[in-house]
Amino acid sequence: MASLAQRKTLCVASPLTLRIVAECPVTKARACDLILPHSAVSTPVFMPVGTQGTLKGITVDQLDGLGCQICLGNTYHLGMRPGPDLIEKANGLHGFMNWKKNLLTDSGGFQMVSLVELSEVNEEGVKFKSPYDGKEILLSPEKSISIQNSLGSDIMMQLDDVVSSTVTGPRVEEAMHRSIRWLDRCIAANKNPDKQNLFAIIQGGLNADLRKACLDEMTQRNVPGFAIGGLSGGEEKDDFWRMVTLSTDHLPREKPRYLMGVGYAVDLVVCVALGCDMFDCVFPTRTARFGSALVPWGSLQVKHKQYAKDFQPIDPDCPCPTCKRHSRAYLHALFKSDTSAMHHITIHNIAYQLTLMRSVRQSIVDGRFPEFIRSFMKQMFPSPDQYPSWAVDALASVNVTLE
Amino acid sequence: MAGSRIKLELSRVVQGESRLGVLKGLGRTGQHCLEVPGCLLYSHLGTVPHLTQDTLHTLKNIPAVTQVTLSSVAEHQEVLQEFKGGFKKFAGLHDTVVYCSLHDPAALCPPGYTTNKTVSVWGSGGRIELTVAKFMAIQKTIQPDWYQSMADGETWQSNTSRKRLRKSVDRTLAHLDECLTIHQNSQDLQGVEVFGVVEGGDILEERARSARETAKRPVAGFCLDGFQTGSMDQTLRTQLIKAIAKELPEDKPRLLQGVGRPDEVLACVEAGVDLFEGFFPFQVTERGCALSFSFDISLDPERAGRAPPAVLELNDDETCRAGEGQPNGEVTDGDQTQMTSFEINLKDKRYHDDFRPLVEGCGCYCCVNHQRAYLHHLLVTNELLAGVLLMIHNTAHYIGFFSTLREALANDKLDLLKRRQVILIATSFSVTVTPDGFESAALSHLGMESKHPRVKINMTLIWLQE
Repeated sequence: MASLAQRKTLCVASPLTLRIVAECPVTKARACDLILPHSAVSTPVFMPVGTQGTLKGITVDQLDGLGCQICLGNTYHLGMRPGPDLIEKANGLHGFMNWKKNLLTDSGGFQMVSLVELSEVNEEGVKFKSPYDGKEILLSPEKSISIQNSLGSDIMMQLDDVVSSTVTGPRVEEAMHRSIRWLDRCIAANKNPDKQNLFAIIQGGLNADLRKACLDEMTQRNVPGFAIGGLSGGEEKDDFWRMVTLSTDHLPREKPRYLMGVGYAVDLVVCVALGCDMFDCVFPTRTARFGSALVPWGSLQVKHKQYAKDFQPIDPDCPCPTCKRHSRAYLHALFKSDTSAMHHITIHNIAYQLTLMRSVRQSIVDGRFPEFIRSFMKQMFPSPDQYPSWAVDALASVNVTLE
Repeated sequence: MAGSRIKLELSRVVQGESRLGVLKGLGRTGQHCLEVPGCLLYSHLGTVPHLTQDTLHTLKNIPAVTQVTLSSVAEHQEVLQEFKGGFKKFAGLHDTVVYCSLHDPAALCPPGYTTNKTVSVWGSGGRIELTVAKFMAIQKTIQPDWYQSMADGETWQSNTSRKRLRKSVDRTLAHLDECLTIHQNSQDLQGVEVFGVVEGGDILEERARSARETAKRPVAGFCLDGFQTGSMDQTLRTQLIKAIAKELPEDKPRLLQGVGRPDEVLACVEAGVDLFEGFFPFQVTERGCALSFSFDISLDPERAGRAPPAVLELNDDETCRAGEGQPNGEVTDGDQTQMTSFEINLKDKRYHDDFRPLVEGCGCYCCVNHQRAYLHHLLVTNELLAGVLLMIHNTAHYIGFFSTLREALANDKLDLLKRRQVILIATSFSVTVTPDGFESAALSHLGMESKHPRVKINMTLIWLQE
């Protein structure tokens, strides 16, 4: 029996098209072209996070120059400052920050977990106490979608009832069921279904039955894409990957799968193998500001003394603007003098992430993804006995054996 | 010693003092030039604050000379020694001339650390004491295109005694002689130019002596030290600079340290200064402000002839900003961190829904791509991008100001504007609110007390505030 929400979505054309360009015959990986209102996006894709309508320290031109096709904004933060009305006046978040490609906005749900002292959840929504002026705000599914409609993002996320992945017990089940009800309310509240894509978020914690129940219900809704939520929050990696692969097993093939909050290189490669297409994480850009540069063999703490006289670039093979011009030694010194040191590393880290995904995609298209995985792991870890066991298991589950 | 490769070609000298020309022969191969009056590109360790090369190169007409300071470089002496390739290569600077100054004009040094044989700079790890030997050793590792010789400039405090000022002149000359000796015997510094430093505080005779003596040495140009914004009022500064200029050769450039405010720049150009340190845009950026003064010398009679009715009306809302942070309206026009009337404070609530560019008609990356409301948001949320965008705009604006300054000197706009009797209004002033609520302003002088009865200022630029 189709609900009002379901009937509503069936009538309207979706502003999203997914073209599957290649599928890995060994793993569950796919390479796709995701056509969104502002531009096409090549998947698998890593989406940098620009929480408050900016990627920290980077201009939109620089971001575009690195080949970024989609990045994130955050509903909670932007809803607080500068607020949806102002952004609407500015022609949406695209107009406000002058980003011409795609934007994905998170619903504000995750802040419930990250700012948990400030929030209280009930069926209506999430009550937040504003950290800026102490006022109480209710973030309901309707309010979240209304803000996201004002922001005008190409992909909007439903407001979900988020529970930390380390929580167990009846709260997890309650949150899962509520997320389904909130999904329906979000669908009904979407004023721009012809321009903005609303993604559902699968919940259920680390409980396979709950996940499955959530998948069964949510996949009945006609949404253009699905996110896998409630993970990447400090849970055991062994549980993490099992929930990811369970989810992709039951998500429709012809719709994009977005794994939220994942950004470490190893996690990205493994989860692509498990069937995910889209990823976001603050890690690469946040760690950059602490001087940590990401490289194929791990990371480099540029601020450490050992790099004071290291005159090589961060990665001699990296074509990013930072590596083309500057040495580790210069960046090490610059950290003592100017904030631009952070920007150099941020640019490099974004370049690293985007290059990684580009290479992953190409290897899928070329039909050699399993080989890519093997050489990636070899480069990342000094020896096979250092391979994380969860990664070995996860890859084995999709027929990739590492030495 | 071989003649300097740096040549100052003057094309005009206005009223016997203001000079217009080109500084040629800069750089090791002598292929760079810098128009004067002009400013240097201010940097932290060779990087323009907040900017990477991509964002920097959105700017047009970037000054050909980048200033690096020993306060940022000295602590990396060992690294540069091991690197062996010189500072430019170390910093990834490909196509610029590097000038090395002793101090950072945007960072005041604590006084009391200068001795007969040493001066101190402050790096990220604390104080570094420099003898001439150490100073020169560092210059050898930096290999700048030109540098100022070591100087005792601790004279900017008011009430420095005559005895102390005399010492600063003597010491600076001694340091210069020692620097030059080492320089002339150093293979590494072949082709590098040295500027002598004129000291003497606020005492005319000492200033003249310092200038005269320094001019006897084989230096490529002169730094004028101890005139930093806040150290003295403009009238005195003008008087002293003119006195110095009388003792200096016409064909060598004069670089004024520590002065960057547009009104002060203007007055100092009139007194005979050629080069300025370009740190003012950075200071404006750090307080979340955008340079917005108009330097339009358009010939539109309507515009040029409309003298602002009264200083009080000019600046209107903006004046309120200038006095911010001064609870009892204390006049602290010497405070370099104080907001000036040349800028708008983007943190102010009024900009939250202002969708205009920072400055209408400004072609910089920030003004072409972004709006005041967005900058306001970035500042309120403490986002790093605010600094990037403001630095771009403020630098562009400042470069434009110097360009117009040169144009005014070149194009005889003076007569036309004199006739229109437009008065140079730009001043920085603090606002005091008197008990009856009446706002008054204390003007800082611009040489308005010129001896010439007919002409208030020989260059007219209208600061149009919004």
